[in-house]
Amino acid sequence: MACGALARELKAVIDANALGHLELQYLPAGLHNTPALIPGAVDEWLAAAQGRYAEMYVGYGDCGTGGRLDAVLERYGAHRLPGAHCYEFFTGLDAFAQLHDAEPTTFYLTDFLVRQFDRLVWRGLGLDRWPQLRDDYFGNYTRVVYLSQFPTGRLVAEAQQAADRLGLRFEHRPVGTGVVEPLLLSIGRTPDRVH
Amino acid sequence: MGEQEPDLSASAEDDLDLAGLMDDELVEQMHVDLYDGLADEIVEGTRILLDRGWSPQQVLNEALVEGMRIVGVDFRDGILFVPEVLLAANAMKAGMVVLRPLLIETGAERIGKVVIGTVKGDIHDIGKNLVGMMLEGAGFEVIDIGINNDVQAYLDALDEHQPDILGMSALLTTTMPYMKVVIDELNERQLRDRYIVLVGGAPLNEEFGQAIGADAYCRDAAVTAETAQHLIRARRDLATVAVG
Repeated sequence: MACGALARELKAVIDANALGHLELQYLPAGLHNTPALIPGAVDEWLAAAQGRYAEMYVGYGDCGTGGRLDAVLERYGAHRLPGAHCYEFFTGLDAFAQLHDAEPTTFYLTDFLVRQFDRLVWRGLGLDRWPQLRDDYFGNYTRVVYLSQFPTGRLVAEAQQAADRLGLRFEHRPVGTGVVEPLLLSIGRTPDRVH
Repeated sequence: MGEQEPDLSASAEDDLDLAGLMDDELVEQMHVDLYDGLADEIVEGTRILLDRGWSPQQVLNEALVEGMRIVGVDFRDGILFVPEVLLAANAMKAGMVVLRPLLIETGAERIGKVVIGTVKGDIHDIGKNLVGMMLEGAGFEVIDIGINNDVQAYLDALDEHQPDILGMSALLTTTMPYMKVVIDELNERQLRDRYIVLVGGAPLNEEFGQAIGADAYCRDAAVTAETAQHLIRARRDLATVAVG
């Protein structure tokens, strides 16, 4: 089970590696904006799925839950992706730490967030109605880094536009799917681990 | 609005003459205007009340702080969201620009001093700014040391300003553990008991606050102001008993 924000990336890895026997379900990507609701939603799903699987993997980072998601997973013996956010497991934990430490005033985008920038970021923060709040939200940021999974010219252009709307410098770093692919391979190629 | 139901229809009247309202009507209208994030109206209402002889402290308490308290309650209850709270906060900020020099001039009593800042690696200051404003409204002198503070920055500010309270804020799961680093350093230097330490931020909770050795976790700006008042009075009562 994974965050809907990872659906394209997970499907791409599964298709590319003939892992069609893995069963995947998603929670709404909109939970990205309400981290407090993630542990409850995951809990509900795990409770319903309990007993049906030898092992359950959850396609989330900590995602702003302050360890509450981990507490839920511990009760079910389920596992999640490493790191605090998708930015981290896409980039790789060490590489992300270096990137972030170099400029902590960075706002990150992924393929999903570029596609959903208007809905989740711009409108999600009310900037369509109150653009004057932009600097309240982003005044401390200095750059946008687009950590791309499967970049296209259009996605890069949209990411650049997003940075322009936020009034921030733009950088593009193709990072791919990071630790997601090896993790799915390790799960998918061990037949007795998945029912 | 959840807790209190000011007449929102009044806000739809574009030409509402605030100066024509009685004091209690004006204050109620200011609560509505604050709720709607109307900064110009808040400044106008603030000036009218001052012109009528209200003290800056009374305007602050009855019009602005009470208005923000209503906003805070409705935010807590999921009726208002972050953008609306920001607009309200900006409206209150506009009123504070008028009131702050007058509060200083009139020597309004301060109940304590707070040093507040976000921890190292964290640049998210919306919550911290709201807390600062509510603490100021509650009568505290607030020294805001901004964002991304390492241990030394906190220590320097504590040494320079000698506050009663240290407030630390973090929005990120990755930065919140740094609060413990600061508290541990205070313990190491035997400075911890000098200060009331309050912590807050979206991913925190009561257990985290206890685990790192804070005096209290504060879930929002209004609670922070209440907690700060409560703890500082308790500490002073204790000191009085000890002296007595």
